[in-house]
Amino acid sequence: MALAAHLARQIVNAAALLLAVLVLNFCLIHLAPGDPVQVIAGEMGGASADVIAALRAKYGLDHSLTEQLAIYLRNVAAGDFGYSYYFNEPVLGLILMRLPATLYLALCALVSALAIGTLLGVVSARRPNGMFSHAVTVFSLAGYAAPIFWTGLMLLLLFGSVWPILPVVGMADVVHPKRGFAYVLDVAQHLVLPSLTLALVFIAQYSRLARVNMIDALSADYVRTARAKGLPEWIVIGKHALRNTLIPIVTVAGHQFGNLFAGAVLVETVFSWPGMGRLVFDSILRRDYPTLMAVLFFSALMVMTANILTDIVYRLIDPRIRTARR
Amino acid sequence: MLIRRTFVLGALGLVAAAVASPSVHAQSGSNSTLVIATTQVPRHFNGAVQSGMATALPTAQIFASPLRYDESWKPQPYLAQSWEVAPDGLSVTLHLVKDAVFHDGHPVTSEDVAFSIMAIKANHPFQTMLAAVDKVEAPDPATAVIRLTHPAPSLLLAMSPALMPILPKHIYGDGQDLKTHPANLKPIGSGPFKLIEYKQGEYYTLEKFDKFFLAGRPKLDRIVVRLVSDQNAALVSMERGDVQALPFVAGVRDIDRLQKAPNVTVTDKGFAGVGPLNWLAFNTKKKPLDDLRVRQAIAYAANRDFIVSKLMGGKAAPSLGPIAPDSPLAEAGVEPFKVDYAKSAALLDAAGYPKGADGSRFALTIDYIPGGDEQQRNVAEYLRSQLKRVGINLEVRAAPDFPTWAQRVSNYDFDLTMDTVYNWGDPVIGVNRTYLSSNIRKGIIWSNTQQYSNPKVDELLQAAAVETSPEKRKALYSEFQKIVVQDVPIYFINVTPYYNAFSKGLGGLPTSIWGMMAPLDEMYWATPPKT
Repeated sequence: MALAAHLARQIVNAAALLLAVLVLNFCLIHLAPGDPVQVIAGEMGGASADVIAALRAKYGLDHSLTEQLAIYLRNVAAGDFGYSYYFNEPVLGLILMRLPATLYLALCALVSALAIGTLLGVVSARRPNGMFSHAVTVFSLAGYAAPIFWTGLMLLLLFGSVWPILPVVGMADVVHPKRGFAYVLDVAQHLVLPSLTLALVFIAQYSRLARVNMIDALSADYVRTARAKGLPEWIVIGKHALRNTLIPIVTVAGHQFGNLFAGAVLVETVFSWPGMGRLVFDSILRRDYPTLMAVLFFSALMVMTANILTDIVYRLIDPRIRTARR
Repeated sequence: MLIRRTFVLGALGLVAAAVASPSVHAQSGSNSTLVIATTQVPRHFNGAVQSGMATALPTAQIFASPLRYDESWKPQPYLAQSWEVAPDGLSVTLHLVKDAVFHDGHPVTSEDVAFSIMAIKANHPFQTMLAAVDKVEAPDPATAVIRLTHPAPSLLLAMSPALMPILPKHIYGDGQDLKTHPANLKPIGSGPFKLIEYKQGEYYTLEKFDKFFLAGRPKLDRIVVRLVSDQNAALVSMERGDVQALPFVAGVRDIDRLQKAPNVTVTDKGFAGVGPLNWLAFNTKKKPLDDLRVRQAIAYAANRDFIVSKLMGGKAAPSLGPIAPDSPLAEAGVEPFKVDYAKSAALLDAAGYPKGADGSRFALTIDYIPGGDEQQRNVAEYLRSQLKRVGINLEVRAAPDFPTWAQRVSNYDFDLTMDTVYNWGDPVIGVNRTYLSSNIRKGIIWSNTQQYSNPKVDELLQAAAVETSPEKRKALYSEFQKIVVQDVPIYFINVTPYYNAFSKGLGGLPTSIWGMMAPLDEMYWATPPKT
């Protein structure tokens, strides 16, 4: 019951925040110099004043900014995110078509980063001064410092050109489309480089975090007690120490969903992953206001959802939080 | 427990994927499939209402047009098996082939031609292209008569696939707005290929139309166009043979890299129709650039040869005037400005801008289009050091993106700017807009943003637009080019080095003036790729 009440409160907060995000996005985007009608007119190779005026009227850009904002908020409330100036399609359709690929990429990267990062951290914590531990430290520093798109380009060159064993473009083989399990394998192959690129930076962070927390946990009294009871080492680590190690990682992972999403957009551009990345890029360049605002709105929505989910998972793995707030 | 299991599964999944089937080379197409990669995303597939390479490439495959062009600018029969221009130049009669049908089986008639021409006139971005067309008559299903208000020698070129797709009237004639017509994403044409699938952001697939009216064409069964967002990924895919054609490569280093790839042929043929020019434009209404001597002084200090041979690595042809050098209308005899710092300094002195105590005369800013560094930013940076030699301090002003640059330039908030503008085949379509004083229109990019105004130039361009004698027309454009070069509203630098890359096994390469924006019905696999 308490969880439900807590959730309800979270959702109300999130809704208020989303409204703020809508207004803020609108203002920010309209503050940027450059005018979508000019871009369209430019593509026309010069247009007449009548055409310009007609375009403005067609996209509602002839109203004042406050009127435009009011119209926009009213439309969004009705589920209408507008019409893309560039693609001449309803924005919602564009986004719903691209969103799954981005989510898929982000989730795969997140899961593998959590798995690999935690594993590296836990293993290196067992011998904090060993060779392996030092190697992980160096790897984490490098992984954290390298810009995502640079890592992506390097992997692209390495596995695409020097040692060409992995596909570098798109989500699936479009020349010989696969079916069934072969399709799953095909997509998995295409997923390796983009998700690895995206995962690397997070692996670096999670391995650091896991290492530190594991070292702490391993010297804690309850671990000593568990060992004294004669429990096998894998139960001591896997059940007792790991649980406490995971709590900060889950918190950080959940709150980093925004970074993960931003990273996905960069990675998508490098590997032509058919998600929102290219859409965002093109929309900015063309001042496609409706598309841009909708993309930002959905990004915010996802980040908030991720935070709420984190909160729930957090409560599940750490019973103290459930009792503490009752 | 559950969480741990998920971790393990996730990690296993990645590892499994990494080791599964290492042979990605096996992806390359079947013998008669061509895979093209491009970074140019089409917004839809209707070239009647949209200009640009992204739409023109598929449009030229899906739709047929009245004429097509060979490598030497000669019109060839296409949907029109023959045509006559009336002696007074006021009408053009097209005799259509009898057996052309649309992809849905409807025959192509003169009604479709009439509908399409009027639709293009009303909707196409290039408003000057069909301005002369008054109406189109369809006396019988195989004859279309285009009535003109004045002679329009540019009309024949405008009948190319890249510019005049013939639309099915029975689909587009339903009264809906053509720019947002749903059929634009599910086009039905009478061209050599049908669009069978479009996955936004990923690819589109074209399949051979087996009732295409030219016997034995097209030779390929299928064309898959992959939309690649990163040029590096496109290059790697081309080198690996995952894709077998990469059009519109513009980067000097990219071209260099592809030229070194063992299985790739690189050609700069196929862009004569586009006529893409890279230049330095002046705001001729702003001091001190309103003084011809100052503009000429800058032209004498800029060094076209260095830019072309060093900055562009010799991959770009120099451009000496407003008409691209590949055009039959280009004037080879225009006097270019050879580097001459003394002359440049003398002109600046004469204009009343002597060197100050610090050695400088005045300061200017230069803008450039962001995104194409080799053509734009590097040249701007180089010009800064060049102009410094004659006492002009040039400040390079960056714009974060294209709309910002476009807003500055179209609102005349600039001194100098680098710019890239296309000829689009005939001066009436792509050249006039830059020089006609009637096209000085604030807020519109690629209009006459230099605000250049010369009554003699206006007169010449207007006369050439309606001149039916090819010799007289060429003479008019020749004079126009000489005047513009001397007036320096623009300092011409180079032809943008566009190249197409193809796998070596391909035959029938598209080398006509419209290149990949022409039907690819002659392409075939001479040596099919291994599957």
